[in-house]
Amino acid sequence: MTRKNFSLLIFILVLFGFALWSIVPFNAKLLGPNGLRLGLDLKGGSQLLYEADLSKKSSSITDEEAMSAVIRKIQRRVNEYGVAEPMIQKEGTDRILVQLPGIKDISRAINLIGETGMLYFAEQKFDETGKPEFDEDGNPVFKDEPAKAINKDGNKEELTGKYLKRAWQDLGAYNEPLVRFEWDSEGAYLFEQITERNLHKQLAIFVDEKVISAPVVQAVISDSGQITGSFTLDEVEDLVTQLNSGALDVPLALIDQRDVDATLGADSVRKSILAVEIGLILLLLFMFLYYRLPGLVACVSLGIYGVFLLAIFKLFHANLTLTLPGIAAAILSLGMAVDANILIFERVKEELRAGRTLGAAVEAGFNRAWPAIWDSNVTTFIACIILFWLGGTFGAFMVRGFALTLFIGVALSMFTAIVVTRTFLRIIVNTRLVTNPAAYGVKT
Amino acid sequence: MIDFVGKRKWFFLLSALVIIIAITSLAAFKLRPGIDFTGGTSMTLRFTPQVEQEQLRQEFTNLGHPETIVQMSGGDFLVRLKEISPQERESLTEGLETSLGSEVIARDYNAISASIAANTARNAGSAVMIAAVAMLFYIAWAFRRMPKPFRWGACAIIALVHDVLIVMGIFSILGRMANVEVNAMFITGLLAVVGYSVNNTVVAFDRIRENMVKGISSDFAVTVNSSLLETLARSLNTSLTTLCVILALFLFGGSTIHLFVAVLLVGLLAGTYSSLFIAGPLMVTWEKGEWGQLFSWIPFGKKPV
Repeated sequence: MTRKNFSLLIFILVLFGFALWSIVPFNAKLLGPNGLRLGLDLKGGSQLLYEADLSKKSSSITDEEAMSAVIRKIQRRVNEYGVAEPMIQKEGTDRILVQLPGIKDISRAINLIGETGMLYFAEQKFDETGKPEFDEDGNPVFKDEPAKAINKDGNKEELTGKYLKRAWQDLGAYNEPLVRFEWDSEGAYLFEQITERNLHKQLAIFVDEKVISAPVVQAVISDSGQITGSFTLDEVEDLVTQLNSGALDVPLALIDQRDVDATLGADSVRKSILAVEIGLILLLLFMFLYYRLPGLVACVSLGIYGVFLLAIFKLFHANLTLTLPGIAAAILSLGMAVDANILIFERVKEELRAGRTLGAAVEAGFNRAWPAIWDSNVTTFIACIILFWLGGTFGAFMVRGFALTLFIGVALSMFTAIVVTRTFLRIIVNTRLVTNPAAYGVKT
Repeated sequence: MIDFVGKRKWFFLLSALVIIIAITSLAAFKLRPGIDFTGGTSMTLRFTPQVEQEQLRQEFTNLGHPETIVQMSGGDFLVRLKEISPQERESLTEGLETSLGSEVIARDYNAISASIAANTARNAGSAVMIAAVAMLFYIAWAFRRMPKPFRWGACAIIALVHDVLIVMGIFSILGRMANVEVNAMFITGLLAVVGYSVNNTVVAFDRIRENMVKGISSDFAVTVNSSLLETLARSLNTSLTTLCVILALFLFGGSTIHLFVAVLLVGLLAGTYSSLFIAGPLMVTWEKGEWGQLFSWIPFGKKPV
């Protein structure tokens, strides 16, 4: 028994040492790039939630493929602009959550991603007599829908960026910068019909709902084409980037946008930490005064609990984000950690009053308290899992962070109560360090 | 020995009254939905030099947003209006600066489309529902060796509904009296209450189960009563320690989590009460088959058969 306790103690101490080592030095570095990953609400920045219109995707790929293609493209775009630690993830089946820490100006964030990023062509408008229409400035008017053609399956299909194989920059005959592009086979099939239909007419090229140029179709072309205009080299470069990475396959609608002020976040963190400190001191004081020696042991194991929790957040900072609701969940789980200890100590007290020896009372106390701790915490786990599962659909980062942290916290609280507190108490009892029942809160 | 269970009718009456008030308030005032549930734009505006609330409201109307709700919060204005794009926001704040002749800083810009907002409310509702059903089944399973295990689950869920209704009722009254709005954080808090409430009830039930196995009394009411008394110290101590932290968080924590902590605070109190005075005593009433005469002793109630 003692040997087992001893090895458990060594195990706890090694684990604790490792946890402590991972979070020391306890200073600003802990919040640095490789430290705790702070949520947007603590760091400040912009959050955008997009909904993809999957009905517009090409039918040859699945919804998942279309979504991951869109996510990859957003990622590429965000990376090109050098945002530190962006987070782009899928929420549910057709939503994408984008968090851009440090981007204060939400308009910039939205421009950065591009709202639709679709490439398409529009045909010139003609009146009944077959004459082209012009606006008051004398510019040709184009139909406000993408040009369509019959695809290989015999259906009418819009020719859009989803058929684009690649685009690259090049120089024309007079060294003028231009953009060349290549269609895939389906795109080429459609493009051939459209150019044939519009031979010697103007065809407008739209990217992101803006006319890029409206050249006259000189010949029937199928698998490749070029966009010319009075472009500068920079404009051509931008256009190529837009076509390659910005031409998103499916249109995106921005459905939720938030920008969070970091100063407000920092203030909240500072205040919440102070609050937690005050609460903790009250709590520890209460535990010690009411439960005496076991209370003191519980204080120690709660301290260990805190270090473990921080260490988990530090070690898994790639996946775990610390948010304000997360801090609240940590506090709630602390309450549950205390609860587990209280459940046990009340049992130990009862057993002592019933006249058992100290050792037997401690053992019986833990065994009797276990079903209550287990059943009550499993119900909390169930709530957490459902919250996490449905969390993606509302307030995204808030709810999920809360559920995940509460789950980890409650699991950890069971570990500290059952393993840490028990081992410490067993060692104290077995080594006959303190034998007076009064020290365990029982009047003799 | 204090007889809680014998006085259960009083506890039921108290809870029934509170719940009737809560439901009436929910029906009459509803909850004041934040933009998380309605869609729209919210932001915080700070003017230097300070402007009058009435003046600001007037300017919003002049700039084509008569729907704007302007609230004073500290030195800042919390404004809510229909969904606008960031570009529109810029022209709006610029318009305010010119017409009011005061520099403005806009923070916490938040725009949610109405379609996702409607989803939020529905999802929140189903989250609570699914969680309740899942926990009902878990409790029934955990108490499977007891006679009528689903009864345990059902009583725990009744206590849970009791707590959730009280929290929602109080926030509907607060919404009416103090313009408190519910948002995604409120839902998070409510779900924490769901977890906490059942957690507490299960601890009390666990003791009843143990005492039934021990066979301390042939009378179920006596068994439940002594079980509740035995867990009383634990329940109060746990609630007290959790209260320490939550209260500290409420008093000293940042403003962004204020509503959330308030939900936890109310939920904690309701949860502690219901786990002791509602869930266990309900088991007794059910066991004795007294549903029909629950309120028959009240003069205007139904006469016992």
